Amino acid sequence: MIELEGLTKRYGDKMAVNHLTFTVRPGIVTGFLGPNGAGKSTTMRMMLGLDRPTAGDVRIDGQHYDRLKDPLKYIGALLDAKAMHGGRSAFNHLLCLAQSNGIPSSRVHEVLDTVGLTAVARKKAKGFSLGMGQRLGIAGALLGDPRILMFDEPVNGLDPEGIHWIRNLMKSLAEQGRTIFVSSHLMSEMALTADHLVVIGQGRLLADTSMADFIEQNSRSYVRIRSPQRERLLDVLYAAGITAVQAGGETLEVDGGKAEQIGELAAQHHLVLHELSPQQASLEEAFMRLTAESVEYHAHSDTPAPSGLPAGAPPDSSAAAWGDGWQEGRS
Amino acid sequence: MTAAQVIRSEWTKIRSVASTVWTLGLAAVVTIALGALISLLFKNQWSDLSEKDRLSFDPTYTSFAGMSLGQLAMIVFGVLVVSNEYSTGMIRTSLAAVPQRGTFLACKLAVAAGLAFAVGIVTSFAAFFLGQAMLGGHSTSIGDPGVLRAVLGGALYMTLIALFSMGVAAMLRSPMLSLGILMPFFFLISNILGAVSATKKIARYLPDQAGSKIMQVVTPVDNDTPYGPWGGLAIMVGWVVVALLGGYVLLKQRDA
Repeated sequence: MIELEGLTKRYGDKMAVNHLTFTVRPGIVTGFLGPNGAGKSTTMRMMLGLDRPTAGDVRIDGQHYDRLKDPLKYIGALLDAKAMHGGRSAFNHLLCLAQSNGIPSSRVHEVLDTVGLTAVARKKAKGFSLGMGQRLGIAGALLGDPRILMFDEPVNGLDPEGIHWIRNLMKSLAEQGRTIFVSSHLMSEMALTADHLVVIGQGRLLADTSMADFIEQNSRSYVRIRSPQRERLLDVLYAAGITAVQAGGETLEVDGGKAEQIGELAAQHHLVLHELSPQQASLEEAFMRLTAESVEYHAHSDTPAPSGLPAGAPPDSSAAAWGDGWQEGRS
Repeated sequence: MTAAQVIRSEWTKIRSVASTVWTLGLAAVVTIALGALISLLFKNQWSDLSEKDRLSFDPTYTSFAGMSLGQLAMIVFGVLVVSNEYSTGMIRTSLAAVPQRGTFLACKLAVAAGLAFAVGIVTSFAAFFLGQAMLGGHSTSIGDPGVLRAVLGGALYMTLIALFSMGVAAMLRSPMLSLGILMPFFFLISNILGAVSATKKIARYLPDQAGSKIMQVVTPVDNDTPYGPWGGLAIMVGWVVVALLGGYVLLKQRDA
C-alpha cells in the first residue's frame, strides 16, 4: 500500500506535482497515467525518497521510505533502465544491490533467470540493448521479492516482443497478489494491464477510478448513419426527439445506443440508409479528452481556455465531470 | 539495513569497475617510478649540488618526488568513485536501495579510503626502498629518526588526497567539473602560489603543501614553516573534513 497525501513538488515557479492525494491499493495493477511532463516520474521519485516533497507526505505501508529496513524487500522499482554503471557486469550490478539489503547472492541468479539474462550475466551493462537494460532494471526491482512493484514507463522504446513480455510479467506478478504501480502515457497500454487508474495532468489529479468505471464513463458510444436523403432523415429524427450531429459529408452521428430505433424510423418513412453502425469511442480518445487541458507541450499554439480545477480534485466523480467541463469550454 | 551490508555492497561496486584498477595502478606506478628516477638523477648529479642543497638534502622526501604526479591519479580515483554514481544515474538506484544517505556516503568513503590506504602503504614503502637503492651512498635507512613516520605519512597523504577529492566530487557531482578544478589546482596553482613570495605564506596552508610536510625528514636550512609534520597533516585533515562535510550536507539536501 502506498499512500500519498497532498504531495507537492515545486521547481522554482513550476508546480511539477500539485497536491496529489491517492492510495495505491494492494493486490491490483494500478495504472498511473498522464501526458508527458505531467509529473509521473517526479511523483515516483518522491515515493522512493529520491526527491524531497515541497509539501505533503508519502508513505509505504505506513512508513516513510527512508525508515524502511531493507527497502528492496518492501518495494522494487524500475525508474530508469539506464540508471546503472555501464562498466559493471549485470551480475555485479545486482550483487551490490542485493548485498546492501542483505539479500543472498543466490537470489541474483534467480532474478537473472526470471528476466532471461543468465547468458549475459558477466557482460558489461553498457553493451546491452534497451530491452536488455530494461530487463536488468526489472531484475533489480524483483531482487528483494517485494510485495510492491513500481515501473516507470516500462514499455517505452521496446520492441513488440519486449512489450509482450513486460505485459505478461506484470499480470503474473499481480496474480501473485502483489501491488503493481505502473506509469504510462499510453491509455491503450493501461487498458490492457491495469485494474485501477490514476490520471494526472500538470501535476494535478484528474481521475482516480477503477478501469471499468473509467471505460463506462468515458467511452462515448454513438451511432453512425449515412444516407443519401440526409435532410429528410434529420427531420424524421428531430420529430422523434433524437439529436443528430453532422459529421461531414453524408455522415450523421447520434449519441447513445439507438441503432434499432433509427433503423425502424427510417423504414417507416421509406428512407434509404447506406450505413447504420453503432460506434464506440476509443479509450485513447477519452484519455485525451480528459487531459487535453493539461497537456504541457501542445503541438499547436491555440491552447484551450483554462478552467478552474480545484487542487486535489475529489476522486471518482471527477472523471466524467472533467470530460464535460472540457466540452463546455470548447463550445 | 546495517553498515556492514552497505560496506559489502560498496566493496562489490568498487572492485567491479575498471577505473578502480587503472587509477590506483597508475598512482602506484607513477609515484614509485618517478621517485626512483629522480633519486637516480640526484645521485648522478650529486657533485653539481651546492653546499646548501647538500645540507638540506632529504633522501626520504626525494624518493617521494613522484607523489606530485602520482597524486593526480589518486585524485582521479577519488573523483570517479563518487561522481560515477551521478554520471551514470546509478545514484538513484543506489539511494533507492540505501535511503539513509549518511550511511551510504560514510560506507562508500570508508571502502574507498581503505583501499586507497592499502595501495598507499604499498606504494609508499616501494617508493622509499626503490628510491634509497637508487640513491646509493646518499640514502637513509628506515630505522633512522623520522623516516618510518615519513613513509607511513606517504600512505596517509595519498589516502587524504583521495578523500578530499571524494568530498569535492560529492559536492560538485560532475566528474569533469571536479577534475577540472582539482587537477589544475594540485598540479599548477598550488605550486605557483607556493613559489611566489607574496602568496607563499598562504599557500603553506593549502592541503597538499601542509600535508606533504609529513613526508619530510630533513628540515630545509631556511625553514620558517610554523607547523611540524603532524601539524601539517592536521591542517590537511581539516581540509578533508570540510570537503566531506560539504559533500554530506549537499547529498542530504539534494534531490537525487
